[in-house]
Amino acid sequence: MSFFKKLKDKFVNNEETEQVSDKYKDGLTKTRSSFSSKINDLVAKYRKVDEDFFEDLEEILISADVGVSTVMDLIDELKLEVKRQNIKETTQVKEVISEKLVEIYYGDDDEAVEELNLQKDQLSVILFVGVNGVGKTTTIGKLAYKLKEEGKKVVLAAGDTFRAGAIEQLEVWGERAGVDVIKHSAGSDPAAVIFDGIKAAQSRKADVLLCDTAGRLQNKVNLMNELTKVKRVIEKEIPGAPHEVLLVLDATTGQNAMSQAKTFSAATDVSGIVLTKLDGTAKGGIVLAIRNELEIPVKFVGLGEKITDLQSFDAQAFVFGLFADMLEDDDQPAK
Amino acid sequence: MAFEGLADRLQSTIQKIKGKGKVTEQDVKEMTREVRLALLEADVNFKVVKDFIKRIKERAIDQEVMESLTPGQQVIKVVKEELTTLMGGEQSKIAVADRSPTVIMMVGLQGAGKTTTTGKLANLLRKKFNRSPLLVAADVYRPAAINQLQTLGKQLDMPVFSLGTEANPVDIANQAIEQAKNNHNDYVIIDTAGRLHVDNDLMAELQQIKADVKPDEIFLVVDAMTGQDAVNVAESFNEQLDITGVVLTKLDGDTRGGAALSIKAVTDKPIKFAGMGEKLDELEAFHPERMASRILGMGDVLSLIEKAQDNVDEKKAKELEEKMRSASFTFDDFLDQMAQVRSMGPMEDLLGMLPGANKMKGLKNVQFDEKQISHVEAIIQSMTKKERQDPNLMNASRKKRIAKGSGRSVSEVNRLLKQFEEMKKMMKQMTNMQKGKKGKKGKGMNFPFM
Ligand SMILES: Nc1nc2c(ncn2[C@@H]2O[C@H](COP(=O)(O)OP(=O)(O)O)[C@@H](O)[C@H]2O)c(=O)[nH]1
Ligand SMILES: [Mg+2]
Repeated sequence: MSFFKKLKDKFVNNEETEQVSDKYKDGLTKTRSSFSSKINDLVAKYRKVDEDFFEDLEEILISADVGVSTVMDLIDELKLEVKRQNIKETTQVKEVISEKLVEIYYGDDDEAVEELNLQKDQLSVILFVGVNGVGKTTTIGKLAYKLKEEGKKVVLAAGDTFRAGAIEQLEVWGERAGVDVIKHSAGSDPAAVIFDGIKAAQSRKADVLLCDTAGRLQNKVNLMNELTKVKRVIEKEIPGAPHEVLLVLDATTGQNAMSQAKTFSAATDVSGIVLTKLDGTAKGGIVLAIRNELEIPVKFVGLGEKITDLQSFDAQAFVFGLFADMLEDDDQPAK
Repeated sequence: MAFEGLADRLQSTIQKIKGKGKVTEQDVKEMTREVRLALLEADVNFKVVKDFIKRIKERAIDQEVMESLTPGQQVIKVVKEELTTLMGGEQSKIAVADRSPTVIMMVGLQGAGKTTTTGKLANLLRKKFNRSPLLVAADVYRPAAINQLQTLGKQLDMPVFSLGTEANPVDIANQAIEQAKNNHNDYVIIDTAGRLHVDNDLMAELQQIKADVKPDEIFLVVDAMTGQDAVNVAESFNEQLDITGVVLTKLDGDTRGGAALSIKAVTDKPIKFAGMGEKLDELEAFHPERMASRILGMGDVLSLIEKAQDNVDEKKAKELEEKMRSASFTFDDFLDQMAQVRSMGPMEDLLGMLPGANKMKGLKNVQFDEKQISHVEAIIQSMTKKERQDPNLMNASRKKRIAKGSGRSVSEVNRLLKQFEEMKKMMKQMTNMQKGKKGKKGKGMNFPFM
């Protein structure tokens, strides 16, 4: 079965997944339409798969922030594939492109890596890290709501004691989601807040503790050391914790996201990524490279500022979202 | 430090062509290919890169250049000129309205740093221009955004205008102007909520505020780490609001900062300020031409001098310059200087401004953190007076004693001694270099470690 057909079967003939992919399609409308219409334009523009075609394709991928070296590798592979399958028509190459994108993303891994690692009978601790303004606090609010909807008892720890108004911001999200927030006063030691958060979550028999931290640029050694210390406090209190360290990345960020992923991983052993602000026009293509090079999977995507605007990541749905226009076009060639 | 990665790549590309007595078309092609990669890796928008490369090629593959006596140098000159054009020319000033108050609107995407920048800008206006700004909390959407601005207002001891989260941002802005007039605030800075450039409703709200308050400046606040999307964002905000300038934030990170070039290219609006840290005094005027020379490895000596002049005791500095030239700089001087240098800002930033410093072995990737600096202080304080004057006295038992006295390890002591020697060498080199260049004792070079 062709790859497109497989994708389509997965999302079109299945009610449950259709809902998921609809959300993706809504949230990603701008992203998707700009990206896939570009590819469609490209396909329409070129009859033959030639050097010019690949050059234009390269630019489309670069403009999605995939990163120039990843793009060049991808183009090389595409060229090989086109030769191998003896593809001459540009319409056929669309399929190979999306297939390669998913392939780059997954590598040899199975797809279960997207799931959140939650403990069955004990407290799960999730630590959020990232640079300033990427959406850590907002994501915590959204995830708290999501987990609570799934029937879990959730507690938040206000570990950003630095930025003005950060504690109050988390409190508002706590109220919105209907979960408790453990806090100290502004300027206090973040490790101490997290410590108290663990104690409180344990005594309240919570299932999940979500820990906020202050945003920090990854080249600030002191601040990164502080983060390592916070993580160590968690490790000491609960062996095996934190069960997830989620790095929040802003989809608008360019190649610096790779440096963020590397440095935050070195400091806190990041286990997953939340890619926020995909409701804008940025495409966050750098996660392909990050996944490829550092093997850190994206676990969630942020598609807006509402409490419900958090979706589990599914690379196939993601690519489906990008290529949905084409799939539909394929069905109705007359249109 | 921002731009560093781009600087490294461009400089090594340039080195290759610099000394060439004969430059072929192939050489230029190869160079432009590398420049293209360097710019793309730095997040400069691909369209901007394409135009840039085209212009360089046209100008470089030109008979006059190719046949000149120093074609390599000529090609570099072309790159330099084009890069400076791309970054924008002169540094531009902040507006002053004929009739007080001057109104500034801060706009941009979510999380770009508008609120913090509002506080920093107010601080700068008061400190440098003796103004008394009113801050306006017009972000009624993001939870605790008002609270954040109020906290900054408290830290700065400055008034913040707010009508809570239920009021309409347009009303807030209008009423704020009235209050500013009544209370004689000569600047009004309106902090608006972050929004997507494609969010039509919220963009219309900004247009309404603009129509009502007729701002003298509309600053688009952009995260320096922004990727290819920077052009869409900047173009769209500019089309809808006709912005007057850009503030780049988070330039204290390690981003290659290509967004700066993209934005300038698509909007042709000046980058006026750069955010260099989270503290309220960490906003700096942006000097495009200095930044361009920094990227090309010519250093940003001017900024360094300004920093030094802001922070340093002139007379003492002159004494030191002499000491350094004659290499009689001691650990005591070092200790003394460290205090002064620390008041100038992070060491990495200062080093980034030195011509060629990022190529200097041993200085590359040196991380300075506060703890380390206090360790260094402890080590020096554990030295005897004689040892501080003459590091050559140092032997194994002295080092051991110093290590013990300072609570550090012998290898740390060794490392400091080595760094000290390297630093001395560098200083000597720098002072002489500068001397040669200017032909006389450069007055501007009176800063502590030169
Ligand atoms: N459009 C959009 N905005 C978001 C998203 N996630 C967060 N934001 C906004 O980004 C800004 C910064 O978020 P915040 O949670 O304070 O970031 P933090 O500094 O990392 O905690 C806020 O204005 C949020 O409303 C998203 O998925 N889409
Ligand atoms: Mg936060």
